[in-house]
Amino acid sequence: MQLTDLTMLELAAKLAAGEVSSEEATRASLTRIQQVDPKVRAFLRVDEAGALAAARASDVRRKSGSPASTLDGVPLGLKDIFLTEGVETTAGSRILEGFVPPYDATVVRLLKEAGLPLVGKLNMDEFAMGSSNESSAFFPSHNPWDVSRTPGGSSGGSAAAVAAREVFGALGTDTGGSIRQPAALTNTVGLKPTYGRVSRFGVIAFASSLDQPGPMTRTVADAAALLQVIARPDAQDATSADAPVPDYSADLEAGVRGLKLGVPREYFTEGMDPEVEAAVREALREYERLGATLVDVSLPHTKYALATYYLIAPAEASSNLARYDGVRFGLRAKDARSLRDVYALTREQGFGAEVKRRIMLGTFALSSGYYDAHYLRAQKVRTLIREDFTRAFQQVDALVSPTSPVPAFKLGEKVEDPLSMYLMDIYTLPCNLAGLPGLSVPCGFTKAGLPVGLQILGRPFDEAGLLRIARAYEREHDFFRRSAPL
Amino acid sequence: MALTLEQVRHVATLARLSLTPEEEQRFTTQLSAVLDAVEQLQSLDVEAVEPTSHATLTSSRLREDVTRPSLPPEKSLANAPAKSDTSFAVPKIIE
Repeated sequence: MQLTDLTMLELAAKLAAGEVSSEEATRASLTRIQQVDPKVRAFLRVDEAGALAAARASDVRRKSGSPASTLDGVPLGLKDIFLTEGVETTAGSRILEGFVPPYDATVVRLLKEAGLPLVGKLNMDEFAMGSSNESSAFFPSHNPWDVSRTPGGSSGGSAAAVAAREVFGALGTDTGGSIRQPAALTNTVGLKPTYGRVSRFGVIAFASSLDQPGPMTRTVADAAALLQVIARPDAQDATSADAPVPDYSADLEAGVRGLKLGVPREYFTEGMDPEVEAAVREALREYERLGATLVDVSLPHTKYALATYYLIAPAEASSNLARYDGVRFGLRAKDARSLRDVYALTREQGFGAEVKRRIMLGTFALSSGYYDAHYLRAQKVRTLIREDFTRAFQQVDALVSPTSPVPAFKLGEKVEDPLSMYLMDIYTLPCNLAGLPGLSVPCGFTKAGLPVGLQILGRPFDEAGLLRIARAYEREHDFFRRSAPL
Repeated sequence: MALTLEQVRHVATLARLSLTPEEEQRFTTQLSAVLDAVEQLQSLDVEAVEPTSHATLTSSRLREDVTRPSLPPEKSLANAPAKSDTSFAVPKIIE
């Protein structure tokens, strides 16, 4: 067994026992990146010097008996959407190429304070708009389980790096499924916390009412430990929640006996891959064996979620991305003569096709004469979608479903068909519209060896409940021990 | 609904995107397809429904209106494509 095969908590235990140093673990991670990243292409850039300096500082703390946290010294990767002081941050876009943030995102500061060496920045769909990493302006990442396929998106680089064991864990962000879907496609655990649970300060904005950062790890317990570090009220994020932060590991092993798990019938629809359905149905039977009760529930407005999302998210994006105008940071078109040209040519040259498409759609939905019919109506339907969940959670403790309707698809397969790409998110995006926490946990493989994910959705701020339910399944099926054929 | 080429050009102007003729054509087709797909929302009766503008489930956080440290000019300007003393520089706006 290699050092990089350890989970975050296994490594933390060895660091605590003095069996291994953070510098050794960080060097193992850097070596693994050198070995496999030419095939996986998860990293946009590696910060070897910064990671090793942080690792040595961690070793000093461990030696003196004063670790900064239980995860002190565990190397981590970051989606390239988190601002890192002094380390280039691009959000996968040409328009931010060369941008070196003058400050850290709150979550980056929290990770540094907890002593985790940050190994580098991970590839993503441009401004997190995509489900396959193919809209990255730089290159697509590859799925470690089959490098001809996508690792999902938009946090595809993060998922691929964790699955390929290049890092022990990573942070991603989830606006419509961007943590959970790539987790499902790569045999990893992805947790999208309740909206407001984790600070968005210093996280490059896509759709501000939907975006939420969260952990991407190999195991449920690692996700709980990482969430513990980043879940914190933050005065610099006006939407940050004041709700108390529980001990996410306390009830992890409590099991599911007596719990009611809702099975939303709208999440088992035509178009789902039969092998995905079979794996998820088998996981549901496992929960019954473990003592949970399955309850058939209906979320009747599910079929409107995709349309609602594809009006609200682009509308918010078109507003958020107005800041990329060639004036204060990032690219400025060289041939611009007037200020108007600075704006229009910079944006034309700096944004990729999917980003332009969404800016156009959002600008249209917000424009005079169309606002009421499109944007306002979508916000009203969003209320109906939220109310569906509120009603369901009066009956059940959590909802279980597939995370993605299909396993990892071939790179290039859906690039020219935006609508079929958008359909990848049908089971994940209602959760964002309702602001709820959601998690994806590995639940098996197809015959071709592609991972399948089980999604668990919960009540606001019940991340602990989701983790406990996911752990109950993982304890019976340790798929995370399998390593990708690289 | 089908978007016209003129509408696409108008939206591009609003969005400050200088699209190529080829992009104008492509977005006319693709955005029309997306707008067709979202048309289904028109079938719902939402007359009496309040809009959800934000997923914040608790009230927004407030703080005292006091001065706090902010970035010094040299840090704020460090990424500027063009600058002049302590300002961002842009092409002349008024002749």
